[in-house]
Amino acid sequence: MIPPETHTHDPISHDTNSHRSGEPTTVSATGRPPEEERDRPDVSALGVREGAGHAVDVAGLHAYYGDQHAIRGIDLTFPANEVTAIIGPSGCGKSTMVRCINRMHEEIPGARAEGSVKLDDLDIYGPGVDVTSVRRMIGMVFQKPNPFPTMSIFDNVAAGLKLTGVKRDNLRESVHRALRAVGLWGEVKNRLSEPGTGLSGGQQQRLCIARTIAVEPEVILMDEPCSALDPIATLRVEELIDELKERYTIVIVTHNMQQAARVANSTVFMLDGEVVEHAPTSQVFTNPRDERTERYVTGKFG
Amino acid sequence: MSLTEFAPVSPARRRTDRIMRGLLMAGTAVALIPLILVLYYLIYRGASSLNGAFFTTDPTGNFFGNQGGVRSAILGSLEIVGLASLIAIPIGIGVALYLTEYGKQARFANVVRYFVDVMTGVPSIVFGLFVYIVLVTSHVGGDFTGWKGSVALSLLMLPVVVRASEVVLLLVPSGLREAALALGAPRWRVVSRVVLPTALPGLLTGSLLAVARGMGETAPLLFTVSVAFGATADLGAQMNTLPVQIYNDISSPNSALNNRAWGAALTLVLLILIVNLVARAVARRSRMA
Amino acid sequence: MASSATTVPGGRSRFERSPVSRLPDRVLRWGLTALAAAILVLLGYFFIRLIGESATTFNTFGLSFVFGNDWDVSRSIYHGFPLLFGTIVTSVIALIIGVPVAISAALFVTELCPPRLRGPLTILVDLLAAVPSVVYGLWGVFVLEPKLLPAEKWFASTFSFIPFLGGGTPTLPNYFVAGLILAIMILPIVSAIAREVMATVPAEHKEAALALGATRWEMIRMAVLPYSRPGITGGAMLGLGRALGETIAVVLVIGNAPVIGSHLFNQGYSLAAVIANEFSEAAATPVHRSALFAAGLVLFVLTLIVNVIARWFIARGQHGQRGTGGTGVTVVALPAGEN
Repeated sequence: MIPPETHTHDPISHDTNSHRSGEPTTVSATGRPPEEERDRPDVSALGVREGAGHAVDVAGLHAYYGDQHAIRGIDLTFPANEVTAIIGPSGCGKSTMVRCINRMHEEIPGARAEGSVKLDDLDIYGPGVDVTSVRRMIGMVFQKPNPFPTMSIFDNVAAGLKLTGVKRDNLRESVHRALRAVGLWGEVKNRLSEPGTGLSGGQQQRLCIARTIAVEPEVILMDEPCSALDPIATLRVEELIDELKERYTIVIVTHNMQQAARVANSTVFMLDGEVVEHAPTSQVFTNPRDERTERYVTGKFG
Repeated sequence: MSLTEFAPVSPARRRTDRIMRGLLMAGTAVALIPLILVLYYLIYRGASSLNGAFFTTDPTGNFFGNQGGVRSAILGSLEIVGLASLIAIPIGIGVALYLTEYGKQARFANVVRYFVDVMTGVPSIVFGLFVYIVLVTSHVGGDFTGWKGSVALSLLMLPVVVRASEVVLLLVPSGLREAALALGAPRWRVVSRVVLPTALPGLLTGSLLAVARGMGETAPLLFTVSVAFGATADLGAQMNTLPVQIYNDISSPNSALNNRAWGAALTLVLLILIVNLVARAVARRSRMA
Repeated sequence: MASSATTVPGGRSRFERSPVSRLPDRVLRWGLTALAAAILVLLGYFFIRLIGESATTFNTFGLSFVFGNDWDVSRSIYHGFPLLFGTIVTSVIALIIGVPVAISAALFVTELCPPRLRGPLTILVDLLAAVPSVVYGLWGVFVLEPKLLPAEKWFASTFSFIPFLGGGTPTLPNYFVAGLILAIMILPIVSAIAREVMATVPAEHKEAALALGATRWEMIRMAVLPYSRPGITGGAMLGLGRALGETIAVVLVIGNAPVIGSHLFNQGYSLAAVIANEFSEAAATPVHRSALFAAGLVLFVLTLIVNVIARWFIARGQHGQRGTGGTGVTVVALPAGEN
């Protein structure tokens, strides 16, 4: 077996042996690449976080696309520092609901939402609340990786920070930490000025996650973040999600039930714009209370 | 420790956002002001000239006394642009057909496309010069004649027709063509029985837009038709046209003629607007998106 | 030979079409191909003839025709730099005024305005292209020139310390009025192309910006403008090409003075204007006529180069979309008049 290369994780050094391609190609017996060749996500690189995490409390949420009533009254709590998965058949409203949490739903012409969504005691639908502010605190990772095509890797991660006028030196520091946190630093540290779109799909998605956490949100929403990725890249993102929950409250929409089983503390099953069941993940998959849930998770429909 | 407030958005950012949005709205308003002003003055200065005599008498060429109306100019424009359309529209649609049905993405077809696009950027006065050199100086069929003006205008209109037609023809679903071909129809029948009828409204729209463009041109006519007063309907002779008539009347020190220019300009713009409206109405009735 | 399931009498396969029935197809195909080729040949022919007619001038004056400063018809001296100067100055003014306004209108329509206003606003901006240039000239002579004169006088005296922009005595027809009218005339085409390019910005980039907590303007700055930049540049260059070649509106409001104007509100001349203005008097004088043709040739080459560069930018701005072959961006509602 070829001896694995040793990496130094010192950001100052210029490691000439750094990987050029995205995902490593050698696979060990466990199905994961040899430890020493990968950059493990290191969320502690982000520094110490003051205080406990924050829960999201949805109450009486209704959402419309014009006259179409897409979300029909949802009451849910997403516990702090946990991963909650949302599963359900296509069209059940999972993406819509999640987009109501960071108020992206209303960006669609003709779309509106009613009800309350509280981050701790702050209702994001309260009167006079600035949407920009909400989105700063509730970040989103999209289904298709979408780094800004005209920006370099560095600028992509820094994009959100530049909005608040962070100084140049602090920018470098924050970008470095975010890339360390998602486990991308080793792979990109020598090409920070290259376009963000030059990376592989899995790397791009982790770049987008780095971009999201660089602005230090409280909650991260993920809308089917792995559906455009290959299995190895998917595993790396899931590994990252596992680390991220130490620090953030995470809501992940997924159509992949195995994924929910792997990463989520609790799972929500949705159908036709309503919540059918919300329970610890193991319970949802092994002993669901509702008959519809049982039918879905056993593959009888959807 | 529970959150007590949302992440602050600096007032500077809010202010910049408001200012920039205001600027963009202002920019849009500024873009519309000239249109409003031009239309306003056209009506304000031109409407009073529009009477029966205006449309039924020809310009006399007199400086003093009765200067006459613009009848021959209107007729001349209609005839010359009409002939130009007869030339440019069939040829334009033909070239577009070549591009969509036969040439497609072949090298030669792309070259043709490229040059047609380049043609749209050629100043109209250059087309006038071309026709002057080739047709007028050689005294082919007379000196300044109406039909030579039509040739110059057709050169202008051609790229418009080709590009608009190509867009429309590409919109005809390939499924339709394939269904006809699968029934054993030869290509020329597919074109004449399926493609052209389906695309007809769109082709008409594109052609009408080209006509609207041709009606407003002055420079090419200066070198090919020159100007004439009196009543000529003979395309083989010098003719009068609205744009050239207006051009001459503007430069005249006689304010009565200047007023006639305003009336003629209003007439011209109204004619062009009518063609545009018809084009849009036809587009709306198209069976494809 | 007897016919079988797949052959007809005569031995031809039933699946082959007879040569006769294939004729219309052949005729159509080669006819249309010849038509397309004929256009290319025609353009080439015209170009060569134009060069031929200009030959006298270039033989007599050489490069001084373009760079010399002395356009004197009475002495038969044709050094045309004043023409080039006026063409460029008025076009630059048109770009400076017209492009920002066009981009603002395009941004407003695509990103900011309520959806039901989009259609009407678009039609109104495009309607500017329907007005013939002779009408713009008419309006420029009788409305714009007199109304602007007091402001121009004020500007010239207040900012007299700035070279070219200030100082000097404004005349009724001048570079600025010509440039302003050109700005109005190129507005529709620049705006239309900008609009088309902006509409192709993928929603996912705009969403990414908004999800990071960007304000609307910040989203435009982060996601829309950088993505659209090549396309908008191409559109601006197409506008430049249009402004360079515009004849009738310019000849009516620029003053037709064969000088290199010393300030913004000075009279001047342009390549296109000289042709329109001196054509009738040059008809009898071969030398003069050749000079005008040479001016036309310079203009033609100039606009060709600008257009080629413009198309290159627009193609680059397509970011890999290959929808409509050729240029990709098809602006069907083209400007009405170029003279």
